[in-house]
Amino acid sequence: MAPKIKIPATKYPVERFTLGNGLRVVLSPDRSAPVVGVAVVYDVGIRSEPEGRTGFAHLFEHLMFQGSENLEKLAHFRHVQGAGGSFNGSTHLDYTDYFEVLPTGGLERALFLEADRMRGPRLTEENLRNQVDVVKEEIRVNVLNRPYGGFPWLKLPPVMFSTFANAHDGYGSFEDLESATVEDAQGFFDRYYACGNAVLSVAGDFDVAEATAMIERHFGDVPARPAPELPDFDEAGLSGERRESYTDRIAPLPAVAAGWRVPDPIGTFEDYLPYVVLAEVLTDGDASRLVERLIQRDRTATTMGGYIGFMGDEYLVRNPTALLLQAHMPPGGDADKVLRTIDEELDRLAADGLKPGELDRTQARMATRALHGTDDVLGRAQPMAVLELQRGRPGLLNDLPKLISEVREEQIVAAAATLRPEHRASVEVIPGASS
Amino acid sequence: MTKTLPDLVPDAALNLPPERERTLPNGLTVIAIRRSAVPLVEVRLRIPFARAELAPATLLSQALFTGTSGMNSIDIAAALQAVGGSLGAGIDPDRLLISGNALADGLDRTLELLASVLTDATYPVEEVSTERDRLGDHIQVALSQPAHLARVALLKRMYGDHPYAVQTPEPEEIRALSPEPLRELHAARVRPAGAVLVLVGDIDPDQAIDTAEKILGGWSGRAPDGGLPPIPVLETGPLLLVDRPGSVQSSLRLALPALTRTDPDYAAFNLANLVFGGYFSSRWTENIREDKGYTYGAYSSIDHYVAGSALVAAAEVATEVTGPSLLETVYELGRIASLPPGEEELEQARRYALGTLRLGMSTQAGLAGLAGMYAGFGLRLDHLREYSAALAAATREEVAAAATKYLAPSRAVTVILGDAEKIESQLSALTVVERSAA
Repeated sequence: MAPKIKIPATKYPVERFTLGNGLRVVLSPDRSAPVVGVAVVYDVGIRSEPEGRTGFAHLFEHLMFQGSENLEKLAHFRHVQGAGGSFNGSTHLDYTDYFEVLPTGGLERALFLEADRMRGPRLTEENLRNQVDVVKEEIRVNVLNRPYGGFPWLKLPPVMFSTFANAHDGYGSFEDLESATVEDAQGFFDRYYACGNAVLSVAGDFDVAEATAMIERHFGDVPARPAPELPDFDEAGLSGERRESYTDRIAPLPAVAAGWRVPDPIGTFEDYLPYVVLAEVLTDGDASRLVERLIQRDRTATTMGGYIGFMGDEYLVRNPTALLLQAHMPPGGDADKVLRTIDEELDRLAADGLKPGELDRTQARMATRALHGTDDVLGRAQPMAVLELQRGRPGLLNDLPKLISEVREEQIVAAAATLRPEHRASVEVIPGASS
Repeated sequence: MTKTLPDLVPDAALNLPPERERTLPNGLTVIAIRRSAVPLVEVRLRIPFARAELAPATLLSQALFTGTSGMNSIDIAAALQAVGGSLGAGIDPDRLLISGNALADGLDRTLELLASVLTDATYPVEEVSTERDRLGDHIQVALSQPAHLARVALLKRMYGDHPYAVQTPEPEEIRALSPEPLRELHAARVRPAGAVLVLVGDIDPDQAIDTAEKILGGWSGRAPDGGLPPIPVLETGPLLLVDRPGSVQSSLRLALPALTRTDPDYAAFNLANLVFGGYFSSRWTENIREDKGYTYGAYSSIDHYVAGSALVAAAEVATEVTGPSLLETVYELGRIASLPPGEEELEQARRYALGTLRLGMSTQAGLAGLAGMYAGFGLRLDHLREYSAALAAATREEVAAAATKYLAPSRAVTVILGDAEKIESQLSALTVVERSAA
């Protein structure tokens, strides 16, 4: 057995301040490459959508790119890319983010663009109808026209959860999307896109004093608006096993996903972190428990994945959330058998503990992935913004490799023992395509 | 209140990290680059693999790490994982590519494991049969994906009898394989001559090359086979309509001729591509997404292979607007081919092209990908300096000339996959259509 490898840490600097209008700011300078990443996150996501407006948070994300106080439609894209940069946005369960990465000289331009839409996007009927069409095509390309579309992130929550906030389709129904109005959009902006409900984060090649002055210059006059009260989305856990299945008309082979509730990722982070490591012990690579057993030994699965949070953002999600396992199966595959084997392996882990070296190597690989993610300036700006938004703790990003390496075997074992079949929700894909 | 857009601060001169390089006596070239932002190292190994028989080559790439005389697949995976490492393999029509990363302190161990697989892979019967079945299933799933099917049809149409025409084996070809052809292929083709290993990260480049020489110096084998014939000239003809009944979208694919990276006109050609469809702020996206809402995304990109390059434009569009989407696409190609781009429009594309080069170099993985890809074409990172200068210098006239020569709609090979019952009449109104099954 090789000696245990030392888990390195990062020491990205973190500067935090709050503007007079309530906008929180996180800066992480690093002059090693001539690029900057800018992220603005708003504390609103899929879970905050009103009933009858499924998909609205994501639709609104599209509208934020359709022109703003001083800018015409298309200007945002042209100005970012014309500065040599790239941009995007994404809608999650608990937040919506907007981001750019640019060569150093484009920083002030990016700040201007973000401030301009924070003051007010151009919400017009024409742009709304255009983006409803675009979002429908996005849903077609990612869900309706593709095998296993939306599996499991859109398919498992309605089995696992009972409240609208947690269970509904975050991409939205065509009916809800089509009936959205400009007034809905204005109301959503007024309520959730307040500067008191947002965090701006900048990482990369800049001088802190200069960047602070630029931020004051562009964001300082955004009218102060407080954050709305954050609802508690918690709901009771499962008291008995829940199972559903559906036919995917274009999928040629069966698949199954299972989820179990886990502790509050923010309120009880110490209890939660072992579940993050457990998911990797179970599924990371050919030497992991479930890959070895289900793929290599039993051949009852052909792919195996495990992670926390329906969108894979385990450190950027609030309670309630779940540990998910998902498998694709060979022709004629038996979902029951896969679930039974998973239960068996969880029992074995809970009863016999880990093998020598198993935890160390899993932690080493997790450290590599954490470090790999932060090598990119956006890989710092984005998570730091959300960590500030949700925890007031952007520096947690630096601490993660060390905290992961400190998770102990008995914590993994205790976590595995809670993943009982009677607390499990699962969804099975029945192949509808002739193959 | 009107606010004005801040000016851009001009970029500093392009700063390339020093590259160290050595070709070992066995023919392996090792390139090492230091970028120390995170304590990791990226590994990319490209081995010439053109003309390798497709089905065994594809399965070989999946089964390469399944066993050596001293280790089984789990031993190998666990040993890599112990140093934070992971390695995987894949093929393209030109080469076998092994890539991964590890904690920087684990570089020696990662290279040892890589060497043991390169020199001593055994392709055990059980493990190969597991990987064979998995690969067969994965290809079967790919065959239900519209993007994959459209690509299969397009490649066949573009390349005819050239080896590039078929890049994915049939599931049945995979399911019929035993380990023996993999062992033979490995013995014949997995060898150091002509291969390039790129290491990028928190390393001392000279020391990393010494380490690689010590660990991989004993890897041996014959010289590589000859290359491939140049790709054929694209033959336009009727639009190929591939039927996928029940599709709720159509997959539009247009192939056009392209220049290689080292062609003196390449920078101008790439700028023309950007203005047409090569980035989000392109005419094509602004037209069929932001103006008309026909698609979620429309992009054109240039595929570079050793035997030649091609431009592929791709969009998934709503079934009911398939014809109008093709019409707008042909209109935009016609426009870029017959009128010079606007002054500001070209500047914007130019700044984007120059900026994304800098962004691509700003991470270890980006740098490793770029250096490895360039090395696969006999280039080094300093090519970026020439290319940047060419991008900065290309004039409107040069861009227009490249567009006229290469992006004219009359030169396009067009394939559309979708529900033929619903889209054939829309397309027949615009052009001659030939129909085929998926």
